[in-house]
Amino acid sequence: MIAGSKLERAINSGEFVVTGELGPPKGADIEEMKHHAEGMRNHVEAYNITDNQTAIVRTSSIACGKTLVDMDLEPIIQIVVRDRNRICIQSDVLGAHAMGIKNILCLAGDHQSFGNEPGSKGVYDIDSMQLIKGLKDMRDEKKFMGGDDVEGDFSCFLGAVENPFADPFEYRVDRLEKKIEAGASFIQTQCIFDLERFERWMELVRERGLHKRCAILGGVTPMKSLGAARYMKNNVSGITIPDALVDRLKGAEKKKEEGLKIAIETIERLKEIEGVSGVHIMAIAWEEVVPEIVERAGLYPRPKF
Amino acid sequence: MIIAERKPLEEIAAMAAPFKKVCVVGCNTCVAVCMAGGQKEAEETAALLRIHRKKANVEGEVEVFSIERQCEYEMIDEYLEKLKSYDLIVSLACGVGVQTVVDHVPSLRVVPGLNTTSMGYPTEQGVWKENCLGCGDCVLHLTMGICPITRCCKSILNGPCGGSAEGKCELGKDVDCAWQLIHDRLAAFGRVGELAEIQPPKDWSTSHHGGARTTVREDVRIDRGE
Repeated sequence: MIAGSKLERAINSGEFVVTGELGPPKGADIEEMKHHAEGMRNHVEAYNITDNQTAIVRTSSIACGKTLVDMDLEPIIQIVVRDRNRICIQSDVLGAHAMGIKNILCLAGDHQSFGNEPGSKGVYDIDSMQLIKGLKDMRDEKKFMGGDDVEGDFSCFLGAVENPFADPFEYRVDRLEKKIEAGASFIQTQCIFDLERFERWMELVRERGLHKRCAILGGVTPMKSLGAARYMKNNVSGITIPDALVDRLKGAEKKKEEGLKIAIETIERLKEIEGVSGVHIMAIAWEEVVPEIVERAGLYPRPKF
Repeated sequence: MIIAERKPLEEIAAMAAPFKKVCVVGCNTCVAVCMAGGQKEAEETAALLRIHRKKANVEGEVEVFSIERQCEYEMIDEYLEKLKSYDLIVSLACGVGVQTVVDHVPSLRVVPGLNTTSMGYPTEQGVWKENCLGCGDCVLHLTMGICPITRCCKSILNGPCGGSAEGKCELGKDVDCAWQLIHDRLAAFGRVGELAEIQPPKDWSTSHHGGARTTVREDVRIDRGE
């Protein structure tokens, strides 16, 4: 065991893992997020807490992570390199550790020009790869990025993201391997809509045995409406949705049910792909549907970890 | 070279409005080449400013001349008396030139007539692209002559990130992904395997983040008074 988190135990158990995602409030009312967290309590092992996703100002991911810890739930805090330099990031992860947060997901973050403070200065002191390596070295070598000793026992279960739908495609597996080398123990992928491409990517992953070196959780997002699908297709960085899927939703009488069916079918397929350790369900602004997806995908009840 | 564009005329006119004797001073080097602040543009700016002031009933005169390089004391010296004869200098130099004039002749009132945008190069008539941030620790040998610090919007050293699609940056279809370009050039030279190496965090102390930089070259300094 690295950090002894519930997520780590779940991954080590070999069971098909389920993680969810919560977006912190865009304001001071944290009750809704707590309500969504409560609603998934028995359906997911852990919750990603996004870090000012799409560069929109929200309550801090670490503060929301602490809120979950207090609810006896398991957070995976996201850390992006857009808003903080290495001094602040290292300080913040030590703070997160002090508050009982054990899982950290490292990522670059969407460019600040996409958000509600487009005039802000992007930090990008380090990149996501250097973030993973830096946190791993704090944990395993007891060294800060600058070389000073880290006092005490800092531990964290480190994850990263990978996008099999970004380009150049052939580099995406190299990049996964690089993130594993840097220190990632688990990987959550970008939302999977193009299963054919995902399966090609997984083939390359298996050829190199990377699935044995880190847990790969496939990203799944239920499409709530045709508008939501089109928005994601055209506006969300790194997401590709095949036209056939948009057409399927377009042709469906009950859009929400069709969106759910697509998500559930995707999970069913992911369960069959060798090397996929679990699923990461991102139902931002549709959190209440997660229990139904988990149940209908045959993943309920969850084992105890 | 240094790339700049002229400020909107309204902004220049507002800065110049309180002053009677105004001179638009061009700079005949970088900003002349990028057609923003050379003699020709200085004359145009002065003419437009005169019309604007006339319409707004602002009294006074607007004259114009150019200095070969406003970023060198010696070249400013050639026009010292002339410069001092005006109430306001509208400098069409880059930010470097404006500050060199102020530094060298502190009694002058100088305002910028240009917005300095970048260090870059023209790709076609009327299009200039930024390609160097002057970070003080060049990595172009690692990246096949394409600068990720400047040309990747996240300045990452281990790219491309997950926002790269069809050769373009997540910023939009008109922005090339620098790391796709680096990847392709490395691949063309059989060096793509080098991307597997984790590049460590950059030492930004050599860049502007270490504060404004002073470059001292002892080997070319002149000892005075010995």
